[in-house]
Amino acid sequence: MAELFEASAWEKVWTYRDTFLLGLGNTVETALLGLLLAFVLGAVFGLMATSGVKALKAISRIYVEIIQNTPLLLQLCFLYYAIAFAGASLGILYTGVLSLGIYHGAYVAEVIRAGIEAIPKGQFEAARSQGFGYAGTMLYIILPQSIKIILPPMVNQVVNLIKNTSCLYIVGGADLISLTYSFVTGANTGGAYAPAYIVSGVMFFVICFPLSTLASRWEGSLKKRESRVAAAPKTSAEARRGAAV
Amino acid sequence: MDTLESSLSMLTNPAITQYMLKGVAFTLIISIVAVAFGLLIGSVLALMRSYCVSPKTRVFKWLATVYIEVFRNTPLLLWIFICLVFCPIPAFMSRKLFGLSSVETKLLFKAAIALILFTSSVIAEIVRGGLNSVAHGQFEAGRSQGFGMVRIMLYIVLPQAFRNIVPTLLSQVITTVKDSSYLANVAVIELMARTKQLLSAAGQYNGTGTVNVSDVFVLFGAACLCYFVINFTISCVVRGMQKRKRRVKAIA
Repeated sequence: MAELFEASAWEKVWTYRDTFLLGLGNTVETALLGLLLAFVLGAVFGLMATSGVKALKAISRIYVEIIQNTPLLLQLCFLYYAIAFAGASLGILYTGVLSLGIYHGAYVAEVIRAGIEAIPKGQFEAARSQGFGYAGTMLYIILPQSIKIILPPMVNQVVNLIKNTSCLYIVGGADLISLTYSFVTGANTGGAYAPAYIVSGVMFFVICFPLSTLASRWEGSLKKRESRVAAAPKTSAEARRGAAV
Repeated sequence: MDTLESSLSMLTNPAITQYMLKGVAFTLIISIVAVAFGLLIGSVLALMRSYCVSPKTRVFKWLATVYIEVFRNTPLLLWIFICLVFCPIPAFMSRKLFGLSSVETKLLFKAAIALILFTSSVIAEIVRGGLNSVAHGQFEAGRSQGFGMVRIMLYIVLPQAFRNIVPTLLSQVITTVKDSSYLANVAVIELMARTKQLLSAAGQYNGTGTVNVSDVFVLFGAACLCYFVINFTISCVVRGMQKRKRRVKAIA
């Protein structure tokens, strides 16, 4: 802890600031690409789960269950070593993007499924009776209603994905956490543990805190609105009872 | 195809299966301990964040809020690395334990502390959700019966709050089982690390002298199966509970 107050340790971090910025850049790049893949996979499997076609539903279920019930680290190592021992290479960055995308895709799929299933069946029937096709129903009728249910847990997934880029350390990645660790253990740069960990922790916090706060605010206001809606019929029933008396 | 057969033959080697099953046991123990301590610390944090609102005690609310938000918004691996350097070790943990060397026991202790700290922040938010789900009338009823704040909490609010969050807490056990694999970054103790270790030595055991792609599939496949069986069992329990809850609600 002593080096926390030593100017030289902080100076060392400042001298090697490029290392941290490079790590941050890699983390953000991995997270963004992973997010894109997760959204695509999540949308496809989420729509498959709500399609009503048994085979598609089963495929989506199997994907979600297998991915959600095994650790990300294991999936990443599986992918990385399977490719490596087959004699090929994707590069660590793209291996990371792929496994993060597949892992969080399963969560996004569940979020989307829950969002669509929360919409009453009558909405689908009404849309069909108005002559909407599948794409039109989803885009114009279902999506605008379910987006507010989907968004808060989706933002939480984004936060988790950003934090999970640290999994790349196990295969020797160059994300923020891995570079921080090689900085504090490096021969020339080693020793400045506390300042280096604080710097990289603050970087993560600055990105994740606004997002997770936004998500919980959203969720809170959604719940409040829900309880108001649930309370409304009761009061009108009471009013009717009052009128009868 | 011969390589697949030789890879599969590894799983019939009792030394290897025992090595992996020990990893499963460690994974389970680490997760259960982390959730248990996490529940303890998390409950205290949640109570501080929810009820320390008077001007005198407000500082506790802020402390709990800072703790929860800091741990929730930074990666677990960072805290494992931090604990490796800064976590003090009590004397009884710096020796051979559970068939691990004393170095490994120390690493296990430090990494477990990191996992507990991280998990407690998540559980604190779950418990807070449970506390919020208890109707306000329950406090007033308790007060009207002459209960003090402590007894209202212990006898009226907490039992209801905990009953409401049992499914969410069990889902958190699944997450913690998965998170415990992050320990593989620093020590060879639990299932994930042991699988990786086995893979690097697979050439000696599969009889071909080299590590093949099929070894990756067999070893990691076996580990996947172990994690899946543990977590899927828990998630089935959770789903059963939620279904029952919905039914009870529908009847009421």
